[in-house]
Amino acid sequence: MSGHVPTSSAFKSNSQEALVNRNLQAALRGSRGNFIAKRAAARANVPEFDDIRDQARDMKNHVLANLDLYLEAYEKKVTEAGGHVHWAETAEDARRIVLDICRKSNAKTVNKGKTMISEECGINDHLAENGIKPVETDLGEYIIQLRGEIPSHIIAPAVHVTVPEIEEAFRKHHAHLPPDRDLSELASLQAEARSELRAKYFEAEVGITGANMLIAETGQSVIVTNEGNGDLSQSLPKVHIVMASLEKIVPTLEDSATLLRLLARSATGQEMSVYTTFSSGPKRSEDPDGPEEYHVVLLDNGRSNMIGTEFEEMLRCIRCGACMNHCPVYQSVGGHAYGWVYPGPMGAVLTPSLIGVEEGGQLPNASTFCGRCEAVCPMRIPLPKMMRSWREREFEKNLTPSATRYGLGVWAWAAQRPWAYRLAARIANRSLGITGKSKFSKLPLAGGWTKFRDFPAPQGGTFMDQWKAGKR
Amino acid sequence: MSAPRVALLVTCLVDMFRPSVGFATVKLLEDAGCTVEVPQRQTCCGQPAWNSGDREHAKALAAQVIEEFEGFDYVVAPSGSCAATVVKDYTEMFKGDEAMVTRAKALAAKTHEITSFLTDVLGINDVKQALTTSVTYHDSCSGLRSLGVSEQPRKLLGSVEGLELREMVENDVCCGFGGTFCVKFPDVSNSMVSDKTRNIADTGADMVLAGDLGCLMNMAGKASREGRNFKARHVVEILAGDTKTPAIGEDK
Repeated sequence: MSGHVPTSSAFKSNSQEALVNRNLQAALRGSRGNFIAKRAAARANVPEFDDIRDQARDMKNHVLANLDLYLEAYEKKVTEAGGHVHWAETAEDARRIVLDICRKSNAKTVNKGKTMISEECGINDHLAENGIKPVETDLGEYIIQLRGEIPSHIIAPAVHVTVPEIEEAFRKHHAHLPPDRDLSELASLQAEARSELRAKYFEAEVGITGANMLIAETGQSVIVTNEGNGDLSQSLPKVHIVMASLEKIVPTLEDSATLLRLLARSATGQEMSVYTTFSSGPKRSEDPDGPEEYHVVLLDNGRSNMIGTEFEEMLRCIRCGACMNHCPVYQSVGGHAYGWVYPGPMGAVLTPSLIGVEEGGQLPNASTFCGRCEAVCPMRIPLPKMMRSWREREFEKNLTPSATRYGLGVWAWAAQRPWAYRLAARIANRSLGITGKSKFSKLPLAGGWTKFRDFPAPQGGTFMDQWKAGKR
Repeated sequence: MSAPRVALLVTCLVDMFRPSVGFATVKLLEDAGCTVEVPQRQTCCGQPAWNSGDREHAKALAAQVIEEFEGFDYVVAPSGSCAATVVKDYTEMFKGDEAMVTRAKALAAKTHEITSFLTDVLGINDVKQALTTSVTYHDSCSGLRSLGVSEQPRKLLGSVEGLELREMVENDVCCGFGGTFCVKFPDVSNSMVSDKTRNIADTGADMVLAGDLGCLMNMAGKASREGRNFKARHVVEILAGDTKTPAIGEDK
């Protein structure tokens, strides 16, 4: 089992709890619309945005078709620069590799830049269990670490937390805080986190960051942040570990620029994130600073099995979060309801790929196929189509609930026999019409509908019967 | 040029719940000079099976639609969702069966949602109706994002004398219907439709219009439960001048 124990199969009850969680709902309402408006404005300023999307899609498709070649080229460059590439087939492998490096460095404290791969592998818990203290340095990650939570959003991990809840977490964990210290505003919270974290940067023996991209041509890893925490995490400790999944590779420096033009605009509506950092390996003799050791942990964890399947295109994802920002389901229930590391539409496709459709199968069902995610995806990933493919896999594996299967079977039997279909429609129509009501507040077998809405009654008579009878 | 022969894809919801939408569609097509026929063996486009992952039943129903409709000049549906299934999904369903893909493509090329058929294909910009009312228009997802139906209904509504269109915020956000989604995840669906009815009510419009009956029944059903005072109608009812028929869920 990798990292967090998933509760994705309980999406339905998770979402019911989320909908009555007042703090969560307040936080979601507060952030809703911000991302959308900012992305729309940033996108509108780049007339060639859709052309860049096409280029990026084609480039990434090319990479996926030649992944082995690019990964080997990348490894060669990293090695030449004095770094080490570690191949982790599973999350367990990644945990072992990271712990080994930390132990060899006699690490007591590890600073973390934001990395979803670390979340996927459950690195924090693993380090803590082995007596090493992980410290998250991204503000959002820091907040949820204090609260003992996992991220609810891939770029805004604490988007589900309200300001009073942040204050509560700080007062609980920052023991030195005088009670009259004002923490009611975001700015004062940021200042408090900053002063707490600054000291920690100098304590850590190892820094772990993620990677938004790995560049085969140069052997560099790239991170984008808005807080500068990633830079401090990776350049101050004597060991830097990059955790990345293998599809993060791009062929050239130029290609990384293509993705950078899309990434921040799609994510936060910025033209560029505040910091974009290219790491080229350990400190060279002429460098004034930098880590003495540079390690890259390349995680597969099921991704290579997606290549050649109907889910391959998911590997184009650059983790901007636009899909969840625009998803009405995500915006209603938040990220934790999805029950594992990756929420929203991208999570609904990726989660079953990584932890199995038996556990993750509810997620691709929890979509109206409204298509807003695909419309905004900078990498043109056909998310609804892939969610439908998961439903098809479930159907083939007999995982579709039996009532649904039975209902579909009866309906499809009749729909292939127009006489039977007409008859059934007529009977249903008459039995609903017989009461003379215009709507129903309760109906047998329609509790899912009438729990929250009235059911409009049919007008009376089917169209097909009336047309046949000559009505015009 | 002889009148184009148009086959009406009635859609199962219109057939069962609101035949007046079918008749309004026929009127709009006939007023536009089309000859309308209603293929008698039609039942459903197959979307419920397709979206549930049941490829075999979806293909069987798609084959039935192709067989029944391919002989006409055009196929028109009062639904962006059903039209999108024919236009976008049929070729995907038959992947690997070249003969059926060819037929599916040919059918897709002549299948249209009603408002885009009137404007984009027939070039009609004026429905010659008058009605003093205020409306707001909900963009149903499939029509909007799969078929690009957005300006077409607004253009036609703009031609109705006395009609005022008041756009709601988030008019392009899903209402939470989603076919079986609304009964599989009723609580999430409820959250979505509650946002929608609030946005509709905030415009102060007399009624909400849309191009898909599923979305309309969802919004009308929620509005009724909440005691909202706006009505819900399919956009073709207003375009065809049918306001005598009670609105969706309204007392006769």
